[in-house]
Amino acid sequence: MLALLVFLPIIAFIAILLGAPARLTAIGASAVNLALGLFAAITWHNAGLWSFSIPVLEKPALNLAFGFADGMSAIMVLLSVIVTLAAVLSGKAPEGKEKLYFASSLLISAGAIGAFAATDLFFFYAFHELALVPTFLMIGMLGRGDRRAAAWKITIYLGLGSIVLLAGLVWLANLTGTYNMVEMVKGAEKVDPAAQKSIAALLVVGFGTLVSLFPFHSWAAPAYASAPAPVAMLHAGVLKKFGLYGLLRIAIPLVPEGLHYWLTPLLVLLLGNILWVGWVTISQKRLDLMLGNSSVMHMGYIFLAIAALIAFPENPLARSAAIVLMFAHGISIALLFGLTDRIERNTGTLDLQDLGGLAKSAPGLAFLFGIAAMASIGLPGLANFSGEVLVFLSAFKSYNGTHGLGPVQIACIFSIWGVVISAVYMLRAYRNIFQGPSVKATATAADLTCADRIPALLLILALFAVGLYPNLLLNLL
Amino acid sequence: MNLAWILLFLPLVIAAANQLVLKKTGLAPIVSVASALATFVIAVLLLGEEKTAWFSWATIGDFSIDIGIKLDRLSTGMMIVVTGVGLLVHIFSLAYMKADEAKARYFTGLSLFMFSMTGIVLANNFIMTFIFWELVGLSSYLLIGHWYQKDSAADAAKKAFLCNRVGDFGFMVGILMLWGITGALSFDQMKGGLEAFQHANAPIAVGVLSAAILCVFCGAVGKSAQLPLHVWLPDAMEGPTPVSALIHAATMVAAGVYMLFRVQLSLGFENFEALPASTVIAWTGGLTSLAAALMATQQDDIKRILAYSTLSQLGYMVMAVGLVDGEAGMFHLFTHAWFKALLFLGSGALIYACHHEQDIWKMGGLLKKMPITGITFAIGTAALIAVPYVTSGFYSKEEILTAAYTHNKVLFGIAVVVAFLTTFYMTRAYVVTFLGKTRSENADHAHEVGPLMWIPLVLLAAMAIGSAWLTGPLNAIDPRIHAPEHAEGHLVILSCSIAALVLGLFTGFVLYNGKEKDPLSIPLFRNRFYVDGFYDNFLVRYFQDAFAAIIAFFDEFIINGLIVGGFSRAAESTGNIFRKVQSGSLQGYAFVFGIGVILVVYFTTF
Repeated sequence: MLALLVFLPIIAFIAILLGAPARLTAIGASAVNLALGLFAAITWHNAGLWSFSIPVLEKPALNLAFGFADGMSAIMVLLSVIVTLAAVLSGKAPEGKEKLYFASSLLISAGAIGAFAATDLFFFYAFHELALVPTFLMIGMLGRGDRRAAAWKITIYLGLGSIVLLAGLVWLANLTGTYNMVEMVKGAEKVDPAAQKSIAALLVVGFGTLVSLFPFHSWAAPAYASAPAPVAMLHAGVLKKFGLYGLLRIAIPLVPEGLHYWLTPLLVLLLGNILWVGWVTISQKRLDLMLGNSSVMHMGYIFLAIAALIAFPENPLARSAAIVLMFAHGISIALLFGLTDRIERNTGTLDLQDLGGLAKSAPGLAFLFGIAAMASIGLPGLANFSGEVLVFLSAFKSYNGTHGLGPVQIACIFSIWGVVISAVYMLRAYRNIFQGPSVKATATAADLTCADRIPALLLILALFAVGLYPNLLLNLL
Repeated sequence: MNLAWILLFLPLVIAAANQLVLKKTGLAPIVSVASALATFVIAVLLLGEEKTAWFSWATIGDFSIDIGIKLDRLSTGMMIVVTGVGLLVHIFSLAYMKADEAKARYFTGLSLFMFSMTGIVLANNFIMTFIFWELVGLSSYLLIGHWYQKDSAADAAKKAFLCNRVGDFGFMVGILMLWGITGALSFDQMKGGLEAFQHANAPIAVGVLSAAILCVFCGAVGKSAQLPLHVWLPDAMEGPTPVSALIHAATMVAAGVYMLFRVQLSLGFENFEALPASTVIAWTGGLTSLAAALMATQQDDIKRILAYSTLSQLGYMVMAVGLVDGEAGMFHLFTHAWFKALLFLGSGALIYACHHEQDIWKMGGLLKKMPITGITFAIGTAALIAVPYVTSGFYSKEEILTAAYTHNKVLFGIAVVVAFLTTFYMTRAYVVTFLGKTRSENADHAHEVGPLMWIPLVLLAAMAIGSAWLTGPLNAIDPRIHAPEHAEGHLVILSCSIAALVLGLFTGFVLYNGKEKDPLSIPLFRNRFYVDGFYDNFLVRYFQDAFAAIIAFFDEFIINGLIVGGFSRAAESTGNIFRKVQSGSLQGYAFVFGIGVILVVYFTTF
């Protein structure tokens, strides 16, 4: 079953290259995968159903092995399949480029699912790299605006980040003597304290660059702004979470002391994400760049949960909070990028100055975008709030008033100010795009058709489910 | 208990049904009104119940966030206000919004608001309060921005949301601190935790608790529009007038007071006496009431006069809570809700009859043309200015003044001055609006509104007079129950309040009767102490935006341009070598990936 889940997108990718109708194949494969992913999320406990392993190399022992080590993998796979279906449904390929467009989207999806389900370190890494190639290609070939520069920037950044990461991972594999991620965690005591510090630094910088941790973030906004919609949705929504997933899956169990050594720098960097990038976001004049920066900013909250987990190891709250927020952010940013693409297609511009009053001509779009915007600023009832409130609680887990506020709590308080910053730029953008009198670009803009709404509704359903009743997701853990 | 769950979730179901199914059918208004009626009936049925029930909303190990309902005297009494005023406002809206093309959206917003407000009132824990706290902010945002094509309405909605968010920043921090101190999120368990904390950390307990309470208070400052976050409430008058009556006068803005009282009740009143935070709260309330009353004396828009009056009365309530006499504040909240809703709906009737004219100087002589509105508005005014013995406002204001007199004579002085100013500006508003000659064509054509609008006015007028006698059956908090004897200084307080009333009536009448334009001109008050201008021009434009622009500059040119740019230029020139072989980014990537493979080999063999 799991093999099907991982390889179905690749089979569909090959089918498209061989001439199958691109859009239909992509949608069909993604829909089947969504069903499989939902089923997997509910039944991941059943290891017999959801694991397989093929030996690839004798020495070092490499296995093409997949399985759900815990609910986190299953939830990330679920996130991937939901966003994939929404991405292929809402994307519109340029004339004559359908093959490339949909095949690449499927490949990104396959890479993400493979990385989240892999139990072998090599394939964990390799599947993520597999997903990056089509990401770069799509930005470079089908992107908008200054696409070459954006493609280069993301290539260099993520390439260098991956190398740093690889160094850390290989070092870990050598110390523990295995590439099997489950076995690695069991051999955690083999990672001596001296090595922990260096490995932790490599992993934080490596994984951090992939998640646009400040100050390694400047690739993200231009890349998302020029990426075709499905790529922005899949990368910002799903693939970027690989770094966070890696920190939770590998770094925290294997190098806890090393991470603890770097805790204060990490707190400073995550505040850089939330406050520095937050203010950068406020001054953006284009919606796509604003959303790109906002997605960088919101990574800070997940890093805060990770920091809370590092600072107080007995903190299951922090781990769950990080997972809920990864899921929530993935869905909400995918929704925002999908709808932004719609705004551009229907009005011809994303410049905030040129838009206004769009809610009059496109009320459906305004309603859906409004939900997405509210989700992204952490309104209760939508998934992001569930994640954020758990993150804040987890950061205050060890506070009892007796000893004053610790560094994690102080960082948490500054982070909560980010909730105000998000509201400032998001409401300003909504105000400029949808409210006020109609302008030339919006007066005759078309609204969404019923079919257009399906991908957005799919994502919104997920946002509401987790927002109204987070236990739906937490119970899967 | 099932009834209480229905009370909470029915409006949500209705809002969802309106949005998803009924939007195009024209049934949305009726369905919303029916839901408001049902919730009111349930609220009446629940009077006197004392129970708690909850379910787990988010569970992680042994930690759990609950959604729960706490029924006690405080919450059931407050529900009567929310659903009672809510029902009348729903009915009034049927007529007021008759011609609006987005009626369904409006009534969806109202139902969403009823859901959110019910949640705040019934909440049994702090996270739930915060959840619904934010949701009332959303419904307020949606309803203020109902006419979103107007720039002023869209800006006002945004401003309201952001001011509330600033307050909620502190609120969240306060919740987290209180959670740390007491170890509990549920109101029922906080007191035990606090006592244990005080026992273990006696020297720092007062300071830590003060800090936490002040943070929590920030939430109330935002929601109840106290200084310095008061600027959003007058702008919120851009929303439809019934919304102003329900949300921005009677219920949502009072949520801050309700929440503070709930916190005091849960943590024990004795812990708030002599707490530095309480002094700050009391002074914030006192100064807000004074500043807002001064601003109200020079406003020309009838809704803005009432908005500043609301600010001022909320200041009274907050002051009472700060003086650890929250019962007086809750009592005033209860009476104020009815008469202020009456005044707002009355102004709505005027605005409706005068074809959306809101300037009192363009009204005049409307008592003859609209007698029911005129008389009910007079009753509302009488209650607000506390005409002795016959109005509910008198009794609750006496309690506020008594609280101030007992605890802090300076605040008592301020409160009496505010009482005078209140009488003055309401006399001005009434005289200019209802007496004399009509001063515009719109006012010439005005005539009495229909029964869907005047019946709510009459019912509210009855409550404006009678609510002080109904606190028993309606479960409202009423300090007179504990202190049937007149407190010390009763005569001083009574004479001060009557003197303020007489003086205010006299000056207001003499100055404004028969005038064509305002004889007074005090730019400082008219321009609201220049606070709004300072926020818009300085804080937002020069501080936030300029600061953001500077950060963005550094982000672009230092981090991105110099440090990273160096790398990328180096890599791009390397890439150029490859591009000579073939074009595209793939080679560059392959190059980078190749280095990776080399590293793998290196590390594996090392």
